[in-house]
Amino acid sequence: MKRSWLLLRFLPISGLVALLSGCGVKGVSALIPMGKEAREQAWLMYLSLGIMVIVILVVASIYFYVLIRFHKRKGQEDYIPKQTEGNKILEIVWTVIPILLLCIIAVPTVKQTFAQSDTDVPKSQKKDVLQVDVTAHQFWWDFKYPDQKIETAQDVVVPVGKTVIFKITSADVVHSFWVPALGGKIDANPGQTTKLKLTPENEGVYRGRCAELCGSSHALMYFNVKVVSQSEFDQWVDGMKKGPEAPATASAQEGQELFKQNCMSCHAVGKEGGPVAPNLTDFADRKMIAGTLDHNKENLIKWITNPDAVKPGANMPARGMNKNLTDEQIQKIADYLFTLSVK
Amino acid sequence: MTANAHALAAYNQRKGFLSWLWTWLSTVDHKRIAILYLFGGGLFFVIGGIEALLIRIQLAVPQNDFLVGSTYNEVVTMHGTTMIFLAAMPLVFAMMNAVVPLQIGARDVAFPFVNALGFWLFFLGGIVLNTSWFLGGAPAGGWTAYAPLTTEFLGTGSDFYLLGLQLSGAGTLMGAINFMVTIINMRAPGMTFMRMPLFTWTSLITSTLILFAFPPLTVGFFLEFFDHIFHANFFNTAKGGNAIIFEHIFWIFGHPEVYILVLPAFGIISEVVATFSKKRLFGYTSMVFATVLIGFLSFMVWVHHMFTVGLGPMANSLFALATMTIAVPTGMKIFNWLFTMWGGQIHFTTANLFAVGFVPTFVMGGVTGVMLAVPSADSQYHDSYFVIAHFHYVIIGGVVFGLLAGLFYWWPKMFGKILNETLGKITFWTFFIGFHLTFFPQHFLGLIGMPRRYFTYFPDEGFNTWNLISSIGAIGMAIGAIVLVINIVITTAKGQKAAGDAWGIGRTLEWSIPSPPPEYNFAQTPLVKGIDTFWKEKMEGNKKVTPAEPLGDIHMPNPTILPFLMSIALTIAAYGFIFANQTSASRPLCLVIAAFGIGLMLLLMLIHSIKDDPGFHYHKEEIIEIEKGAE
Repeated sequence: MKRSWLLLRFLPISGLVALLSGCGVKGVSALIPMGKEAREQAWLMYLSLGIMVIVILVVASIYFYVLIRFHKRKGQEDYIPKQTEGNKILEIVWTVIPILLLCIIAVPTVKQTFAQSDTDVPKSQKKDVLQVDVTAHQFWWDFKYPDQKIETAQDVVVPVGKTVIFKITSADVVHSFWVPALGGKIDANPGQTTKLKLTPENEGVYRGRCAELCGSSHALMYFNVKVVSQSEFDQWVDGMKKGPEAPATASAQEGQELFKQNCMSCHAVGKEGGPVAPNLTDFADRKMIAGTLDHNKENLIKWITNPDAVKPGANMPARGMNKNLTDEQIQKIADYLFTLSVK
Repeated sequence: MTANAHALAAYNQRKGFLSWLWTWLSTVDHKRIAILYLFGGGLFFVIGGIEALLIRIQLAVPQNDFLVGSTYNEVVTMHGTTMIFLAAMPLVFAMMNAVVPLQIGARDVAFPFVNALGFWLFFLGGIVLNTSWFLGGAPAGGWTAYAPLTTEFLGTGSDFYLLGLQLSGAGTLMGAINFMVTIINMRAPGMTFMRMPLFTWTSLITSTLILFAFPPLTVGFFLEFFDHIFHANFFNTAKGGNAIIFEHIFWIFGHPEVYILVLPAFGIISEVVATFSKKRLFGYTSMVFATVLIGFLSFMVWVHHMFTVGLGPMANSLFALATMTIAVPTGMKIFNWLFTMWGGQIHFTTANLFAVGFVPTFVMGGVTGVMLAVPSADSQYHDSYFVIAHFHYVIIGGVVFGLLAGLFYWWPKMFGKILNETLGKITFWTFFIGFHLTFFPQHFLGLIGMPRRYFTYFPDEGFNTWNLISSIGAIGMAIGAIVLVINIVITTAKGQKAAGDAWGIGRTLEWSIPSPPPEYNFAQTPLVKGIDTFWKEKMEGNKKVTPAEPLGDIHMPNPTILPFLMSIALTIAAYGFIFANQTSASRPLCLVIAAFGIGLMLLLMLIHSIKDDPGFHYHKEEIIEIEKGAE
């Protein structure tokens, strides 16, 4: 038997390790942390990974030594190895050393678990944190700012450098709120509120997603976290409070009327409209249509015309609540919706 | 003529397909039930494997539209459910049935009737679950079936899931009780607990875990079933229920389940590594201790599946520490295997290749397990592809590699023929390389942000390359599995006949009797003189194990069709409940059918209780003749 095959078998793995050049895409990946919590978590990942790599190296060295040194050779058919029962000292060594290694991981683990779960804000510091109430729905996200008294959906805007406490619940099934670049996830449970603390440290747009199987379009339940400067954030809040300006073109004005008749029992713009579906106050400023398509009119029309084709199982009826909007009317509604900007 | 002679004569007279079928439907012989489990588990393994390939086709490229939305969810759910409940579990039971009675020197399990009933319940439960594809749609709530998605938002698929698994779960529970009783009560003279082969030890611990883990699952599924069919609102938060409770119930079962699967694999590895190193197992006592400890700890760690539920830092920290402690006994096992090989003479048979391949693969699954035990970091890993990679390293690298090692190792004992070694090695290398190619990249996919159970991803997220590599790797695993099937067919047709001690270096009692063993296993109950008693006898120059009794008549149980009929009765009941939910018009009729099924079951139980079945005897002369023929 040749020896070389023993090494060959691990070629695929070592090849893959060599391939590990990037850490994913910025804004999507947990390995490119953009917030305090994600940074701390990445540190703990690397610590535990480092210790585990040591364990793997020790095991691998013994493993390869044993396989190469003790494999059966020709002419040894009658050889009977010594029937060893065990070795107390060795057995104690490989019990105690893992315990010590685990202690090295355990201490920072417990420390960080408590630190990151601490979402109680003393009254004196209330001004320094932003609270956002999140409600997960099949298959979209609702964001309320209780202190600012504004509401938006799909794209949540937060200021850089400030701690944000998300209070999260669900309107239907269990979802999970995850923004890998800013920090770990927490579940959105029906009938309960969970809290998640995130402190973005860099401006940018970070992808958020649902991480608990919630139905047909679980994979399409994206949202975005827009981290902006404090002044930009204040401007946005003012804009949201005022609401978007009235549409200027005739088409958009007609679209507004149609929207009121066909969409507003579920969707709200500003303070008007229903709470069942996403609030559209700053619709034109958002990054994606229905959380999945590129943000343009063509896609919006596609979505209104046949939501199920874009997002299977979505609760939005095709062609408005009365299901009778014509292509022309949908075009006008799209014109109107693209005027909904608070910039 | 004795009852047995009658049965034999009858069998010899009508050798048609029907009588062949009848012998399999009515068998209570543990060796035949092992083959049934192997067939059933193998069948579902192939189905689950095809579902896995469909998943990899969909995810090979971004924004693919091969399986979209609920169809993808159905495939994902059925893949997980099939592989855990309908493939891995029965394959473990196939090994236990084939080997445990032989390893302890017993003539059958303690309750042969219950053994058959357990198999048929599992098998028909699996059939019920899989017919969902053709009868209104498969379950789509994930193999974890979280409420309220499964109970309030999904259709009949949920009923197939809940009732199908209820049936097969009942079968599993029966099997476990049977093996506990068998191992505790039916060991040959001299076989003390601390002389039991390690596979028997792990089977005992696994059976104990099933005994404590499956009742919570049964209760959880009953509550979901009542929610779904009768709107009981146990998990409906709007009506005062609590959805989180189901997650607890599920994982109180679900975590031990991992060890239920992997402990027997540990046992197999211990047997295979020791045999093919020509050495006794290094640190036997600590291996037993580690097995018991892992079994105990497995009930203390379920919350690590729920770190992101929001249970608070105290619960998360405690369960994190408990989880980390499992690494210690598991590490002990790894080193014991390495030192069993140390100083030995390692034979690279296919069985041992799988055992040797198991060690580094399982270590990788183990270390990612420790990483997952860190709650704040887990909030990044949880429900991402990192977790998918981790548990496939544990369940394929651990359980499936272990089962394949056991399959190649014990195949000659089960069927009397040795599987082709060349084809076996092709299976090993394609499966091993394919496996690492499929699942190693998934670690990175998880870390760079890809969640599990996503049917699609954007091209700009950095997931493309890893997903493509992963899909290519799956082809390797498929080739390995196909070659294995070809190997089985060729071996069955014209394989090399195996001796009793098929590998020539067997250590435990199963190798001291013919391959395949006669129905009664041991003509004379053996006397066990120590660990690896057959090896000891061989070293002393004996060809056979010292018997503990003179040759005499052997009492055997009669075959019976009742276990099969009972399972059919419960299957009728299950379909009644399932269809009761589909249309309101036929609901009363369906509930009547369900009641009929349960009534039939009770009637069959009554018949079984009243009917006097004394069994039959193999007479001394018959035994002498059979033993001569085997030599």
